[in-house]
Amino acid sequence: MTLLDDKPDRDTEAANPELERKAERAESWRGFFHALPSFVYLIFFFALPLVIVLVVSFSGRKGTGSPSFDDWTLDAYRKLFDTTVLRIAWRSLTMATLNTVICLAIGYPFAYWLATRSKQSTRNLLLVLVLIPFWSNFLVRTYAWRILLDSDGPITRIGEATGLWGKLLFTQPAVFLGLLYGYLPFMVLPLYAALERMDWSLVEAGRDLYATGWGAFRRITWPLSRPGVIAGSILVFIPSLGAYVTPAILGGAKTTLLGDYIVTQFTSARNWPFGSAVSVVILTVMLIATLVYFRTGARTL
Amino acid sequence: MTETAVGIHGVTKRFGDVVAVDNIDLEIPDGEFFSLLGPSGCGKTTTLRMVAGLEFPTEGSIKIFNEEMALRPPNKRPVNTVFQSYALFPHMSIADNIAFGLQMRGVNKAEITQKVNEAIELVRLSGMENRKPKQLSGGQQQRVALARALVNRPKVLLLDEPLGALDLKLRQAMQLELKDIQREVGITFVYVTHDQEEALTMSDRIGIMNEGKLLQIGASEDIYENPNSRFVAGFIGETNFIAGTVAEEGAVRLSNGVAVKARTFSGAGSEVTVTLRPEKIHLHQTPDTARPGYNTVPGKVSRRIYYGESLYYEIDIGTGDLIDARVENVPSQARYEAGDQIVIAFHPEAAEALTE
Repeated sequence: MTLLDDKPDRDTEAANPELERKAERAESWRGFFHALPSFVYLIFFFALPLVIVLVVSFSGRKGTGSPSFDDWTLDAYRKLFDTTVLRIAWRSLTMATLNTVICLAIGYPFAYWLATRSKQSTRNLLLVLVLIPFWSNFLVRTYAWRILLDSDGPITRIGEATGLWGKLLFTQPAVFLGLLYGYLPFMVLPLYAALERMDWSLVEAGRDLYATGWGAFRRITWPLSRPGVIAGSILVFIPSLGAYVTPAILGGAKTTLLGDYIVTQFTSARNWPFGSAVSVVILTVMLIATLVYFRTGARTL
Repeated sequence: MTETAVGIHGVTKRFGDVVAVDNIDLEIPDGEFFSLLGPSGCGKTTTLRMVAGLEFPTEGSIKIFNEEMALRPPNKRPVNTVFQSYALFPHMSIADNIAFGLQMRGVNKAEITQKVNEAIELVRLSGMENRKPKQLSGGQQQRVALARALVNRPKVLLLDEPLGALDLKLRQAMQLELKDIQREVGITFVYVTHDQEEALTMSDRIGIMNEGKLLQIGASEDIYENPNSRFVAGFIGETNFIAGTVAEEGAVRLSNGVAVKARTFSGAGSEVTVTLRPEKIHLHQTPDTARPGYNTVPGKVSRRIYYGESLYYEIDIGTGDLIDARVENVPSQARYEAGDQIVIAFHPEAAEALTE
């Protein structure tokens, strides 16, 4: 029996390496010019403001709250360890984590169901329904929740009629509901993208190889949809951590999260350096989270 | 008498209004290499999937070693499948892919390691254990898929066009290898393909399917030499169809008026189609040189096509369609030019008068 001589496909050798290199260089220059407008935009409206925030966080503070660049100090960073700040940070962290977990728990089954509809038209319709909330402004939608949750709103009435809950507005559950509502689509979309790409014959192969439905999910579907799970989690976790509109509109004094706390520093509390320092810390946490995502993403893909 | 490995009785599968498989009956004895052959959409894959448990029949019974399986989930059937696209788990190593079935059945670790190694050796992939499927060539992936199924020692192995994605040379080599492996492990193979050459060379028996129906079951030679319908004759190999009417038992009057001896299966007067393979036709300058007992029909060469190892002649015998005749390219064969008046000769056994 002759052994089969079939090696994995290799790229064909370049016929002329010099010519190839030139072409590559020309290609990369063309790419640079294409990217130039967005590059300039990002520098002026993204990188520069970040640098300003970073600088201000180390600056002194005038009586009006605006930064003074005559005396540099770490006061703002020291203040981060105040109990109030830590309590708010902890609240934000648990809220963001809980929101991510619940979004995943609701979003995964839904995305799975969505991705397994056989008709493309059904899938598209359902996807549009997921996206419909984005057609109106987030602020407007959050005010709508205020009406729903207010003392004479339908949700409060249902709660009172069943005796399960009272008025929710300006409480922690209200903020949580708002976050869940606001960020659920950001969980569903990447999960759907991952599951829609899924080769379902792999699940059939698993079932054929004695896996139960659950076994096939655990060993095949779940690991293969992990990039979607990670992307969705990051997309929900990061904005939940820095959420401002939701706690500001649906929450009360006892439900302050980092987002509205930062805003307060720039307004009534008149402490720009401290507001900047909190922002820098959140940014760092998010950066680390994103890096972790790309690391794991690169490994699984 | 060997046991029946797969028994399919009165099985029908409908998808909405579409009848994918139409009331088929099939018995495959233990240890056989059986092929389901047919054009795409003929229901052969659906039939295989019903044996695997990936589809459930609308009607009928599917038995594996006399145990009813029709509605059993796939993980509770003693069969394994080699999928068309291999369906290897991309996130697992080759060894983990092969170990999957054993793990799911709760086999202990030491045994899994031993069996996986044996399977890797059987398909000659030693040294590839820790690679991911993507790092393997098509032929290697194909063999992983085979090992992943065989390692479980299924009672029946189902193969869904497993060689379809490979190039011709590799496919031919794999055909022989598959056949060898089947002999070595002695497991019943049910093989689905649309490639007649694959089916003819590997199978003990072949079932020809079209439009959800199982038309004919038999050994390769039976099916090629004695097709029972126009579809089977046309699907397997090349053939000529000549319209005619049965004159009496064993004789057919062709549409050009010439009476020939042929194998008939219907009464005098019935309309038939005579099937005649190109390689069974001999060409002669005059009827006198034809072998005794052979039918002779006069005709005119309309075209000659050079194929290298053989020559094809298109011959007009006055039946409307041209008749193809294949002649070996050997020095002893006379060559004819377009326009030559010749005689075609064929043995009565080579011509079958089909009613369907």
